[in-house]
Amino acid sequence: MISSAVLRGIGSLARTRTAFTAPLAVRCYSHAKVETDEEFDSRWVTYFSKPDLDTWELRKGMNTLIGYDLVPEPKILDSALRACRRLNDLASAIRILEAVKDKSGPHKEIYPYVIQELRPTLQELGISTPEELGIHKV
Amino acid sequence: MVVSDVYLHSLSQSKTPTKAKTFPLALSLFLSLSFLSPPTLFSWSVSANSPSKDITHKLKKAMQHLTARRVAGLLSRRGVAAFSSSGVKMASHGHGGVTEQTDMSVPLYWDRLDTPLPDRPYKDTLSDADKSLKQKEKGPWNSLSKEEKLALYRLTFNETYAEMKKPTGEWKTVLGGIFFFIGFTGLVVLWQRYYVYPPHPRTLDDEWQAMQVKRMLDMRVNPVEGFSAKWDYEKGQWK
Repeated sequence: MISSAVLRGIGSLARTRTAFTAPLAVRCYSHAKVETDEEFDSRWVTYFSKPDLDTWELRKGMNTLIGYDLVPEPKILDSALRACRRLNDLASAIRILEAVKDKSGPHKEIYPYVIQELRPTLQELGISTPEELGIHKV
Repeated sequence: MVVSDVYLHSLSQSKTPTKAKTFPLALSLFLSLSFLSPPTLFSWSVSANSPSKDITHKLKKAMQHLTARRVAGLLSRRGVAAFSSSGVKMASHGHGGVTEQTDMSVPLYWDRLDTPLPDRPYKDTLSDADKSLKQKEKGPWNSLSKEEKLALYRLTFNETYAEMKKPTGEWKTVLGGIFFFIGFTGLVVLWQRYYVYPPHPRTLDDEWQAMQVKRMLDMRVNPVEGFSAKWDYEKGQWK
């Protein structure tokens, strides 16, 4: 790895006589494009928005999303809840809300914000929050 | 039995061992008998030729068969377990008490915080009431009452997140176990103090120590900065 950087540096030295680029300044970062947050969000919204999403794809998507080191944006969750509605699965919708609260961990302000953002969707689809059903406590 | 004979011989030759020493010796003796006897017997059966050793040879053969059968039995059981495809755990006491192992070839249910939606719903077989509720689920959810929503949740899931995260009180068991074994160790140490340790040397008695101190002071041990320097010789007391 270091030798290729040195060669590249030497190559640039050979071509340009005036520019003295030090070989060690060439970093070895990966050349893959880093996905932005917006791209990530829209990718997941599109995933759950598929009209003929089946139960396996919903479960797989949700389990993968919860596996990431982040709390999903309300718009992704909105898309997922609508997918639950298409699949006639109220229980999974409530489970998703529970999972979001668990993902927030010590940051207690995230879950109320998410619910507040999702409130119109929850009312439209008729999804009760875990608190409304009383299952947020043992 | 050459190895074990020598071992016994050396044992009797040594000083009478204390109670604490005999247990590891007995254990190693037992292990040596069970593991060393088959190979040693096999090696003798090859070398034995003379007719005078016939009776002892027959005895050794008999023992060889017995131990070989035991060894063969062990090996065959291990072989069966290695080749078995059912995935059943080998119970120590045979076929009666085999624990049931989950069939991993079908979709499983689980309650996991990091994987919210398991492969199958919790309740697979639905009663008629459940089935009608499931039918109602296909309509608008606003028309479902709270109890119905809760029932639907419980059909699909066993424990809620709150129930999964409930504290178990396992720490009490752990701490109790720790204290119990510390206490038991204390009892063992106490028993040891009274039944294992030899009597105290007399040089540790108070009388002896007092006489020793007097002797040290008379000898003027460390008179400049140490022991005797701390004794006031005029007043006959410690400074």
